[in-house]
Amino acid sequence: MNPPLWLLLELTYRCPLHCAFCYNPTDFARTEQELSTDEWISVLRQARKLGAVQLGLSGGEPLSRDDLELIVGEAHSLGFYTNLVTSGVGLNEKRIGALKQAGLDHIQLSFQDSTRELNDFLSSTRTFDLKSKVAALIKQHDYPMVLNVVLHRMNIDHVEQILDMAERLGADYLELANTQYYGWAWHNREALLPSREQVERAEAATERFRQKMGDRMRVYFVVPDYFESRPKPCMNGLGSVFLTISPDGTALPCHAAKMLPGLDFPNVKDAPVEWIWRDSPAFNHFRGYEWMKEPCRSCPEKTKDFGGCRCQAYLMTGDAANADPVCDLSPHHHLVTEAVARAGRAQQGVVEKPVLIFRDARNSRTISGCTG
Amino acid sequence: MNTTPVPLTAKPAVGRGFRLQWEPAQNAHVLLYPEGMVKLNGSAGEILKRCDGTRSVSAIVEDLEQAFDTRDLTRDVTDFMSFAVERKWLELRE
Repeated sequence: MNPPLWLLLELTYRCPLHCAFCYNPTDFARTEQELSTDEWISVLRQARKLGAVQLGLSGGEPLSRDDLELIVGEAHSLGFYTNLVTSGVGLNEKRIGALKQAGLDHIQLSFQDSTRELNDFLSSTRTFDLKSKVAALIKQHDYPMVLNVVLHRMNIDHVEQILDMAERLGADYLELANTQYYGWAWHNREALLPSREQVERAEAATERFRQKMGDRMRVYFVVPDYFESRPKPCMNGLGSVFLTISPDGTALPCHAAKMLPGLDFPNVKDAPVEWIWRDSPAFNHFRGYEWMKEPCRSCPEKTKDFGGCRCQAYLMTGDAANADPVCDLSPHHHLVTEAVARAGRAQQGVVEKPVLIFRDARNSRTISGCTG
Repeated sequence: MNTTPVPLTAKPAVGRGFRLQWEPAQNAHVLLYPEGMVKLNGSAGEILKRCDGTRSVSAIVEDLEQAFDTRDLTRDVTDFMSFAVERKWLELRE
């Protein structure tokens, strides 16, 4: 069995942004207690001992935790390569200095759009100017400038402007990540999924920009899997290399996996990380190929794509053991092509515009039927 | 194929944002970078761990030839370094 090479700590669900495309669970407001500093540090030590080496610090907004510097310091001294995934809100001169001192290796900064108007609308905050200042701080502290912009129907036509913004900010890397439809994004899918024409235009614009920039900036364009005919090898298969710990200590084989029914995901407060990774039924459930149904079970490509994404299979077909409907061999593939067709019609204004539900605690309680 | 020339006087160092370390769990040197990792084979690890920005390529070759009791490694080492520079694993300093 491989070690969990990749450890993602979702330190908190608290976030100053309210992005409608967030993959966090829509019922996040039910999460009451976050792990303490000592509990996070214990997770780091245990996972490192198992061989974890890449560390993602995410959330929510990880800077909402005032012990982030302590956690980074411990992670660094244990030998993790530490990646901070942030909206930039809360990253001031003092904190970035302390994080650098603690050994933080890398910062990935998100923007929602190239314009103040849409950035602020999509995140339901006024953060555009602040993010631009944070980008400058990141450069000053000699970090590579890594920008991430999540793409969807409402901003994908601005890709050229987004690329120009990245150039202006002096980005070394730009990730144009098409929305993955989980959590809030799934809830808002009818409003967010772009049309095929939009995706093709954006890809072409990205390619022109790459030609122009040559070596100066690396641009990743993550194609939305709804437009593919074969599924992504999601997480390299569940329980293969990724381990996520959510804010309350629940251990997951993927950050979206909490939704999968029938799996009793263990908590690091109750069990050692080694047992969770190696022995727990939840982490073993989707290892290997035994769990597969047809057409995956007899498919020669199963060793390449592992049947795609379990969460997508569950969300669209109601059964997590089905083939990811992105695959055109799946009997449910029409669910994907129909969603893409609807997106095309919506883009042409043929159907009514769906309303965006922003990620905040009130909407979370409403959606999850929680009154607490 | 065009390859990046690696002068014998250059002083290679692990690239900015990359970190080289020994991982007991993988029994290998790994090169870590933002959101990624390369597991290195034995010779790549031996070469990269000597690239500290103070030693010249020729000094590194000499050291390797001595450590592994062999000769004529210049070509293999510079080929690998050229490959590594193209991937930004290494930077060549004056």
